[in-house]
Amino acid sequence: MSKEPGYQLDYLDQLESEAIHILREVAGQFERPALLFSGGKDSITLVHLALKAFRPGKFPFPLVHIDTGHNFPEALSFRDQLTAQIGETLIVRSVADTIRSRQLTEPGGKFASRNALQTFTLLDTIEEFGFDACIGGARRDEEKARAKERIFSIRDEFGGWDPKRQRPEIWNTYNGRIRKGENVRVFPISNWTELDIWNYIRRENIALPSIYFAHEREVIDFEGQWVAVSPFIRLDASDNVERRRVRYRTVGDMTCTAAVESAASGIDDIIREITATRTSERGETRIDDRVSEAAMEDRKKNGYF
Amino acid sequence: MDLLRFITAGSVDDGKSTLIGRLLYDSKSILADQLAALEQQSKNKLAGEIDLALLTDGLRAEREQGITIDVAYKYFSTPKRKFIIADAPGHIQYTRNMITGASNANLIIILVDARNGVVEQTRRHSIIASLLNIPHVIVAINKMDLVDYSQDRYNNIVIDYAETARALQLRDVTYLPISALKGDNIVERSSSLPWYDGPALLELLESTPLDIDTDLSRGRLSVQYVIRPQTEAHHDYRGYAGKISSGIYRKGDTITVLPAGLTTRIKSIEAGGRAVEEAFAPQSVILQLEDDIDISRGDLLVNGGNPPRVEQEFEALLCWMDSKALLPGNKYLLQLGSRTVRSSIRNIEYRLDVNTLEKQPAPGQAGLNDIVKATIRTASPLPFDAYNDLPAGGGAILIDETSFVTVGALMLQ
Repeated sequence: MSKEPGYQLDYLDQLESEAIHILREVAGQFERPALLFSGGKDSITLVHLALKAFRPGKFPFPLVHIDTGHNFPEALSFRDQLTAQIGETLIVRSVADTIRSRQLTEPGGKFASRNALQTFTLLDTIEEFGFDACIGGARRDEEKARAKERIFSIRDEFGGWDPKRQRPEIWNTYNGRIRKGENVRVFPISNWTELDIWNYIRRENIALPSIYFAHEREVIDFEGQWVAVSPFIRLDASDNVERRRVRYRTVGDMTCTAAVESAASGIDDIIREITATRTSERGETRIDDRVSEAAMEDRKKNGYF
Repeated sequence: MDLLRFITAGSVDDGKSTLIGRLLYDSKSILADQLAALEQQSKNKLAGEIDLALLTDGLRAEREQGITIDVAYKYFSTPKRKFIIADAPGHIQYTRNMITGASNANLIIILVDARNGVVEQTRRHSIIASLLNIPHVIVAINKMDLVDYSQDRYNNIVIDYAETARALQLRDVTYLPISALKGDNIVERSSSLPWYDGPALLELLESTPLDIDTDLSRGRLSVQYVIRPQTEAHHDYRGYAGKISSGIYRKGDTITVLPAGLTTRIKSIEAGGRAVEEAFAPQSVILQLEDDIDISRGDLLVNGGNPPRVEQEFEALLCWMDSKALLPGNKYLLQLGSRTVRSSIRNIEYRLDVNTLEKQPAPGQAGLNDIVKATIRTASPLPFDAYNDLPAGGGAILIDETSFVTVGALMLQ
């Protein structure tokens, strides 16, 4: 083994290279891949990595957005702006349409989240376009079921994940061969943490929707979490609507994402806050994960991302 | 800041998950809400204290049974380094999951229960470490609190393990006494072990040298994808995209395309979207070449000395991972880097007894979790390096042709 100093790659460069390698394996192995784009920082990072992986060529896949109808308007306009700017194809499929066509029952309650219904639209979209691989921005540090999932995750024809039958995934050799009906979910940024994403966004100067930065907003206090007032949540007489300076740590639906109180107006401030925080990303911002210890595992078994 | 990937291995109840929980807990990588959830679950299990093992056992079945079934990845950093932990199952039934976690590791922590010493599972995990050529081994002798922090006990285990390490030719082995449960020698040096004057585990992890693990003298790049924009601005652009698995590539270098054997020179290199003069492992790059030659996915672009062998028949150590037996004559897809070829198992020379390290000749077939030496023939010539010489060029997988499941790991020889 030879030793030449100076040829050591920084950890962010290693993570970047790993992600680009995975994206190119998708391009090399699949007929009809797609990149699932939510408008959040993780999928925006994926798009940035795809630019590095495939430019000056076009992406070998479209961007696909499963629109719950409960999105932050800022995230939607950012989505349209970004896809126009990079000149790639965007496919949008709407959960509201699926609810109508499949006669699904809308969830009820104070925060009527369509999060679980997304799976129906996703599976319909996979079938409509014949997607054999869907790239997503899930990270293993987010949640402990995700910590167990392979980078190439084989799903059955119902989109279901069987954690007991995962294929061995050895070295950097990804086996994307599937039988008819099966499809693969691919997670290029599996090994990135929340902080890695933010450090990378800072280093690469990646643009984000404005809601990631501190802004004033009407919110209510729900069990210690700040939830934005929107047409999608039910206000009760006991709710006290306040104006607070907040930012979002994750961007999901307005019904299931909570804001954190913050004065962080730039990336450096955000990184400082995240480094100091004692609460995890999902714990602080997701109303939907507190349901049960195995909430994510159960959703994945049912075809969720 | 650099990056260390390590795996923890140990038998059931050796305290592996507790060790990881302890590392995360003491390095303040567990956040308040995760801790609250943990306390809640520990109460559910009627346990007295916080059960740190619950942090990594992420599946319902794992929590129910109190065992690790599949690899969980955990992340933490210190000001010196970022760490990726593969928390792998120890039980023989889940060996393929352990290999999944071990295959990308720079370092393995092998846990030994101080009460039991070196046992079968310890040897099997060490064999996997040796088979996969993991550069650094830490033998953590755990539960020292249960043997009264006895130096004699520790020394005996070290002497015992050293024999296994010698037999397996493990290169860089470090020993240390710990108690994961009590936190002895995990993040801080322990006052309960005054006779041990080495560093605590975290300090070891932070100081393990990584620069010697990458070979820079031999260039290996498996082409993943050909980028052809076919636009006005990039009319003649043809970029070969791939990840450098070994070596350095410089503009102007002569490279050989394998298996065809044609040579050309590098016209330009792009890494991370920027034009660069040189790039090195493990960067993902796009190479443009001087000559217009036929290159497609799976071709290997090499430079430097010691070229790969290009052969259709070769020997390999094979770890079998399927419940259906491997029989001589069976055909599989063989994937090495981005290249996939059909292959056939010609002969199984011996099976390695993972307990005694003895070679049992002519076993006839291989079953789940067996390690055998086999002769393999491929449908077309395959460029490769011997795994022991250059792991990046000699590790392949076998894929079942009908179920498409990954059924074997091959270390080519």
